[in-house]
Amino acid sequence: MAPATEPAGAVARLTGLVAALRDHGFGIGTGETVDAGRALEAVGFTDRERVREALAATLLHSELQRPVFDRVFDLYFPLGRADAPDEAYGNTPAALAALRERLAEALTAGDGAALDRLAAEAVAGFGGFGSTPGSDGWSSYQTLSRLRPETLLARVRERLRTAPGPEDPEFTERLLDDEIRRRIEAFRERVRTEARRRVAERQGRDRVARRAVAGTADSVDFLLAGRAQLDELRRTVRPLARKLATRLAARRRRAARGEIDLRRTLRRSLSTGGVPVRPVLRRRPPRRPELVLLCDVSGSVAGFAQFTMLLVQALHDQFSRVRVFAFVNRVDEVTGLIARGAADPAGLGDRILAEAELTGWHGQSDYGTALGEFADRYAEALGPRSVVFVLGDARTNGADPNLAALRRIAGRARRVHWLNPEQPSLWGTGDSVAPAYAELVEMRPCRNARQLGALIGRLLPV
Amino acid sequence: MTTGFFSSVDDVAERLAATGYLASPAVATTVFLADRLGKPLLVEGPAGVGKTELAKAVTEVTGADLVRLQCYEGVDESRALYEWNHAKQLLRITAGRGESWDETRTDIFGEEFLLPRPLLTAIRSERPTVLLIDETDKADVEVEGLLLEVLGDFQITVPELGTITAVRRPFTVLTSNASRELSEALRRRCLFLHIGFPEEELERRIVTLKVPGLDTALATSVVRVVGALRAMDLRKVPSVSETIDWARTLLALGADRLDEQVVRETLGVLLKHQEDIVKAAAKLDLEAV
Repeated sequence: MAPATEPAGAVARLTGLVAALRDHGFGIGTGETVDAGRALEAVGFTDRERVREALAATLLHSELQRPVFDRVFDLYFPLGRADAPDEAYGNTPAALAALRERLAEALTAGDGAALDRLAAEAVAGFGGFGSTPGSDGWSSYQTLSRLRPETLLARVRERLRTAPGPEDPEFTERLLDDEIRRRIEAFRERVRTEARRRVAERQGRDRVARRAVAGTADSVDFLLAGRAQLDELRRTVRPLARKLATRLAARRRRAARGEIDLRRTLRRSLSTGGVPVRPVLRRRPPRRPELVLLCDVSGSVAGFAQFTMLLVQALHDQFSRVRVFAFVNRVDEVTGLIARGAADPAGLGDRILAEAELTGWHGQSDYGTALGEFADRYAEALGPRSVVFVLGDARTNGADPNLAALRRIAGRARRVHWLNPEQPSLWGTGDSVAPAYAELVEMRPCRNARQLGALIGRLLPV
Repeated sequence: MTTGFFSSVDDVAERLAATGYLASPAVATTVFLADRLGKPLLVEGPAGVGKTELAKAVTEVTGADLVRLQCYEGVDESRALYEWNHAKQLLRITAGRGESWDETRTDIFGEEFLLPRPLLTAIRSERPTVLLIDETDKADVEVEGLLLEVLGDFQITVPELGTITAVRRPFTVLTSNASRELSEALRRRCLFLHIGFPEEELERRIVTLKVPGLDTALATSVVRVVGALRAMDLRKVPSVSETIDWARTLLALGADRLDEQVVRETLGVLLKHQEDIVKAAAKLDLEAV
């Protein structure tokens, strides 16, 4: 509950914040900015959390934008400077031990204000590097690797167990470790925020807001996403699937109305004296497509393939049949693994690699061999109603692309779409044979979850 | 133009609390803003966190009338806005034999033959009103077009009568489970509030308030277990209403503390999928369910 900032300069801050959010692709109109100003006027500046909520309510349109907003907000409306540590920490083992001790204390108590203060002190004391202006800065990584808050787990657990309080029923004891881990992770996030704020002070807020704040989960590049981001992305699978399902259902509803059914129209016209007042349309029988997914699950593109598999799994009732094949340089069917994987999406990739036979004598992806094997062994999966999605970057590691195999696949299936997680400007560079494949089947860039959702919604036949 | 229900954020929080709705700072701030700026409030969030309850609580503290439009697939203009009472119009035409057509025509499209539906009712009301548009995402896209005029300017155009503008702006709450993406245009007209799961402390207060008679230590344990379940990757994590259900169940069973057996037997109150139950049991170290 620290004071946010003085009203003077608030307008500049607000417009700066809005500009930074727009840079992240948020559609914020002038009307909303004006509303945000009125909202700030209404809630005042005494309570920083209220300022945050007021801006979020007026500027945001979906929860997905919230993490980015929070990080940008922390830059433009930082905790007041009054919170800066009074005593400067010497970068000594003794100081470090003292700080760790106080951190354990605060984690035990779960005291948010104290943790904020400690994060500020930690970055100030142990996060600075460099000494010449221009090359110096603040690093959350350095702070955290010196402070190692995760090693405090045992200490905090011990204190919580012996703490006087309402006697702890033994059952909840088993939750303790996870709870402490979550508290520690929250503290690490505080440190990151603080480091960003200090860097922003040095380098100018606008620059940091643009560069150091990651975008919303669905705009993260599949090839660049780290583990945490993929986890976050995984949580968007279900909402995305729901959204796609309604879109597909609506399209199907519209497409089900066919041409005029003459017999039934005449029949109905009897009640109006032979005048066909209401024509009857023939309804097409609903026919759902069969989907075949062929995924490269080798290192670099595995995140993309997994996300797509989960999405297809969540959408399974939109298809009459879904079959999923994975390959590195050998192909194996993993449909069963995906169905079981619904409960544990995080372990999906490992399980596929462990249980399916995907590699021959080497671990590099080889599209030519894999496509050839697929066309030979699983030809029965393809038919006039099947739509094939191939997922991969088309990097063959120098091996023969085997265009004939892809041609055979395209010849048997109704449609083949290739989704490539690389940007088109890279296609054909190095060992990529994307252009050759793109001549045979439709190849589209698909770099983030937003694009994937749009593509699947558009490409699937009704 | 404000609806003028509240004087400050603290005022919102205190008065809502008095009716049994404990608002997080985010909720209190946004409700205050919706009131002060006179804008509709779009509330999103998982099922069972109190989106509809919020509208009801505001109604209660302000002594306003609650007008509710429940959306569903196929809800249309005549269900949301107004309808002409055709039967009555026909009666009027048959009754008034001998007068000229012009007279009849001006007469049958008057107030008397108008059946107001929720949106029109809320706009025309002279009393303070809370308009709740529930589960907006269930309605078809066309209905959103309808809402744009109503929520943008708080007015409704009836071709035969002209434009009807709100005398008193209703305090408007739209709820959505995000099962369909609402249009950008609609979102722009609204303040946005996402109600997620409450903080541990707040949830404990909610449980204690809703389930009087529950032991404090047990309430703490209940909230901790629910918190642990939410951190797991489940198909459907328990929400606040399920926490309360669980607390009530425990109270009814006379359990005064959590142990393995009680949790195992009552996990079905919290989790609604068998695979979730199996998974949670494994993570919580329960013996086979």
